[in-house]
Amino acid sequence: MKKGTCNIVIGGEAGQGLVTVGQMISKILVRSGYHIVVTQSYQSRIRGGHNTFAVRVAPRFLEAPAEAIDILVALNGETVELHRKGLAPGGLIVADEAFGVADDACLKVPFETLAGDERFVNTAALGILCALLGLEREPAGKMLDEFFGVKHPEMMEGNKAALARSFEWTGARPEKLRKLPFAEGGGGKVMLNGNEAIALGAVSAGVRFCAFYPMTPATSIPLTLIGMAERMGLVVEQAEDEIAAVNMAIGASFAGAPAMVATSGGGFALMVEGVSLAGMTETPLVMVVAQRPGPATGLPTRTEQADLEFVLHAGHGEFPRAVFAPGTVDECFHLTSKAFDLAERYQGPMFVLTDQFLADSYRAVQPFDVGGLDQVRPGAGSAPIEAPYRRHAITESGISPRLIPGAYEHLVVTDSDEHTEDGHLTEDLEVRTRQVEKRLAKGIGITGEMLQPEHGGPDAPELLLVSWGSTLGSVREAASLLRAGGREVSTLHFRQVWPLVPDQFLGRLTGAGRVVCVEGNATGQLASLIRRETGFLIEERVNRYDGLPITPEYIVKRIS
Amino acid sequence: MVTIEDYGTYETAWCPGCGNFSLLAGVKEALVEKGLEPHRVLFVSGIGQAAKAPHYLNANVFDGLHGRSLPVATGAKLANPELTVIVESGDGCNYGEGGNHLIAAIRRNIDITVIVHDNQVYGLTKGQASPTSQEGFTTKAQPGGVVLERFNPIAVAVAMHAGFVARSFTGYKEHLSEMIRRGIEHRGLALIDVLQPCVSFNHLNNFAWYKKRCYELPRDHDPADWEEAMKTAMEWGERIPIGVIYTNDRPPFEDRFPVLAGGPLVGRDVDRAELANVLETYR
Repeated sequence: MKKGTCNIVIGGEAGQGLVTVGQMISKILVRSGYHIVVTQSYQSRIRGGHNTFAVRVAPRFLEAPAEAIDILVALNGETVELHRKGLAPGGLIVADEAFGVADDACLKVPFETLAGDERFVNTAALGILCALLGLEREPAGKMLDEFFGVKHPEMMEGNKAALARSFEWTGARPEKLRKLPFAEGGGGKVMLNGNEAIALGAVSAGVRFCAFYPMTPATSIPLTLIGMAERMGLVVEQAEDEIAAVNMAIGASFAGAPAMVATSGGGFALMVEGVSLAGMTETPLVMVVAQRPGPATGLPTRTEQADLEFVLHAGHGEFPRAVFAPGTVDECFHLTSKAFDLAERYQGPMFVLTDQFLADSYRAVQPFDVGGLDQVRPGAGSAPIEAPYRRHAITESGISPRLIPGAYEHLVVTDSDEHTEDGHLTEDLEVRTRQVEKRLAKGIGITGEMLQPEHGGPDAPELLLVSWGSTLGSVREAASLLRAGGREVSTLHFRQVWPLVPDQFLGRLTGAGRVVCVEGNATGQLASLIRRETGFLIEERVNRYDGLPITPEYIVKRIS
Repeated sequence: MVTIEDYGTYETAWCPGCGNFSLLAGVKEALVEKGLEPHRVLFVSGIGQAAKAPHYLNANVFDGLHGRSLPVATGAKLANPELTVIVESGDGCNYGEGGNHLIAAIRRNIDITVIVHDNQVYGLTKGQASPTSQEGFTTKAQPGGVVLERFNPIAVAVAMHAGFVARSFTGYKEHLSEMIRRGIEHRGLALIDVLQPCVSFNHLNNFAWYKKRCYELPRDHDPADWEEAMKTAMEWGERIPIGVIYTNDRPPFEDRFPVLAGGPLVGRDVDRAELANVLETYR
């Protein structure tokens, strides 16, 4: 194990319960004070196939996935075949003795005996894994109670017995243990994945309405909202298609309920006309796009960062927008809140661009201070209302007074056609010109609130790594690995990819000896955007487009 | 007291003799009869000559995209069930581009009144076939005549147990405003298919054509009788029934959300203590 970290990969078929085992071990680790980075890799099917749930764990801050496997828990024989070559030096395979793995690195487990019943095989795997890592039995027992106690009380005795046998059996093989260093930070953290944090960030910001059509890897956002809908007073509706979803959200927002949609590339393609509608009718709307590899259906359950240009340019006509790209679970929460704030104040569509890796990646997160955060208030804070009320009144900032229909005697009128200040359709070309300028004026305000790209490391380094979105952790860890090898390396990370303010970062690019742009796509979309906005050409690229997340090893291998 | 003047009078972009004028008048009359103040009403429309109608009266208006009125109206109604929400658009918008949304809205049974200006032709784009165009109807786009089976909105809505299904004709103004009023009164989705001539692009189904065929349903027609309603819905051709063809009392969609029992979603504060409790469940 490298520097006190351990990379555990649980592999098996869909339907074998490997995600449940993975979630349980992850939660036990978080409660015990460890940091985790989870990478879920699965196929687009309900049963069979080959899936993995990887948990990288460390007693200190950790923010990137890893490739080399320290413990491979193989729930089927195929997992051993597929991942044996990925074992780190000294890595351990945990497999059923029945698989007949002829390898010294293999802990051959008599699962049938330890489980006592085939229903408890996963419990035995959990027990073995906990024991190998040097964790106590009590938290594992408590986790079983929480996961299965209410649903299957009749199975708890068998579960607990299997857990006890597995701990005892593993404890008798001290040479195989891979004990984690003690986590001094203690518990106190929550375990969240990116999509859960997006949903929580939306609720904290005041979302009241979400419409969606199911699409991996975005679906867990509306599902998380549905899970708390009654407690938090939300309406979440599964629409007949993505076109309906975006139009419902626009209707709800127009009527005063802060609203969002969440989808992936293909679904977003259907929503694009709605993006333009929100821009024209100046309706606040937060759109989360969880990227997966395209084109078309692509690799439905894998990850990619290839929709930056799509989201940036989606929607016919010209209107301002902001595009956020969270790099951590924490940023998923806060940037989603920020997107709601901008959507409300600048009255238009704002975007959160995430991806499958981050969507499904569980982390240990310091609980958000939800008590101290602000929410959006539709209709409040806009320019003072004068009669007659004009929904699209020309103002210097471009921001018109926004009222909610039904709340006052003022009438709220808007149109997808070009419209007069009072919202009625017009073909007066002077009015048209003024409305275009008014809408675009909001872009100046949005640009003024652009989040500064994060710079890490020395000024004017030998090597600067540029990145955006979910690759943040891997890029930072790659930089520190390279520094440990004697290189002078800095990082420049964009968590907001539009609008760009060249003054914020151009000096970083020109000041570095070499600049390499690291992106989870084939064509280097951020590099192209930077070229377009600054003229600066980033010639060196590290790209990944095989559907897997960029890891620190992946980057380091490609930097000469 | 609400008067017809409260709903205003505006210059329109419609051709003289268009059925839209009668429809506009009928809508205003129904709203006045219901005593609804303009600011309590939200019109959602799409694209087409019919979709311009809400611009010619005083009310809240969201004039959106072609075919997408129903989802916008659905979102608005769920955000604020206290609004009277009316969708007003044409046969192309509601039955063509927005067909999937009509089916879903009927299934949801959300309390929205859908008024369809059905002139069996596309007017704004200058005379192509619409989903309700008659077979054989010739246009520049269908020079050999329409070969597609005519869409029967009434039969589809009745077959799907829509909450309220009615047909009217712009030639019978009182009947028309009564249908609209009853549609607004109905709690649930109300579909009102309104036959109207297009004086510029439909010279087949003109005023006289409709006038000759439309007849009011007899007093003993029981709109709660689904089988009878299905038979009535299939009647088209030499005689076309108008009136309330089918109704039921399925609860409206918005009643199914416990969170809406506490009033509109508008203006609520985030319950921060409860959100902290939710966050605790991830520990």
